[in-house]
Amino acid sequence: MTLELSTLVAILAMAAATILTRVSGLFLIERVKLSGRARQALEAIPPAVLMAVVAPTALMTGMAETMACAVTALAALRLPLLAATAIGVVCVAVLRAIGL
Amino acid sequence: MTEIIDETNTGQKPDAGGFMDGAKAILPLIAAVLPVGLVYGAVAAGKGLSVLEAALMSALVFAGGSQFVAMDIWTHPASWAGLGFAALLVNVRHVLLSASIGPKMTAFSTPKKYASMLFLADEIWAIAEMKAREARLTPAWFAGVVAPFYASWVLSSVVGAIGGALLGDPALVGLDFAFPAVFIVLIMNFWQGRRTGAVLLASAIAAIGVKSFTGGAWYIAAGALAGLAVAAFASQGEKTENGETVE
Repeated sequence: MTLELSTLVAILAMAAATILTRVSGLFLIERVKLSGRARQALEAIPPAVLMAVVAPTALMTGMAETMACAVTALAALRLPLLAATAIGVVCVAVLRAIGL
Repeated sequence: MTEIIDETNTGQKPDAGGFMDGAKAILPLIAAVLPVGLVYGAVAAGKGLSVLEAALMSALVFAGGSQFVAMDIWTHPASWAGLGFAALLVNVRHVLLSASIGPKMTAFSTPKKYASMLFLADEIWAIAEMKAREARLTPAWFAGVVAPFYASWVLSSVVGAIGGALLGDPALVGLDFAFPAVFIVLIMNFWQGRRTGAVLLASAIAAIGVKSFTGGAWYIAAGALAGLAVAAFASQGEKTENGETVE
């Protein structure tokens, strides 16, 4: 059970950044009126950020990951979160096992 | 103002029924988050974090996406500026989640509203948005959602960090892929037609372009900003009352 100072400080920095994002939305929306265009841009944040995070995994890692991402996306059209995720995990494991 | 009335008119007892309803609502998402927490704990242990450190991060940051990105760019010793900035980039989406759900918490006192925001993980936000469509959100219901989900996240992180060595390499069984898979499913749930496609395309191109040339988490900011720019540009189209662009 060790706790390194550099790790603790990093965790606190991450926590502070996260708290800032979670509180500032409420703080701002109670004070600002958004134009239609700004609102459209804000609504695009979730897909834009999620895509930016997964794009390197989906397209720069390997054939198994790219194919498993496509399968997961298709599964998500019909299945709930847990089932679609499980299919993606099984898919990537199988594809890696056969050497892709 | 309607604040606090909901709490006083049920007498001195806390609203246990509301709490249980919230706990029931979050149950399926707890099942989904347990394997993710296990994998996070295992990856953290693999990166050299102690069980205490892995648990502390889950308890204080409580944001899976940024915790996985942190593991991705983890160095020894840890760089607080790089990790803090990466968390800011990954979690900037929470500004939107909080701006969206906050005004729907009309039964919450201001301190309770802000306290609730501290626990605004994607899953909690999603379940609260669904509930807000049919009923007024209450602090007891929200607490019922948060408490078991928070406990599950921290505990699964601990178990993952302890058992990580036993699991072996998560890449062998594909468990390292659970997190990108969850995000892909979330992306599909945000799909609202062609405009979303343009946003995703711009984000992916910018992220990959930047990732090819720089280290760190800059690619997340690049992708997010490219997606935002496309969305702002596309909003010139006519809009119906629900904000959808008609072709």
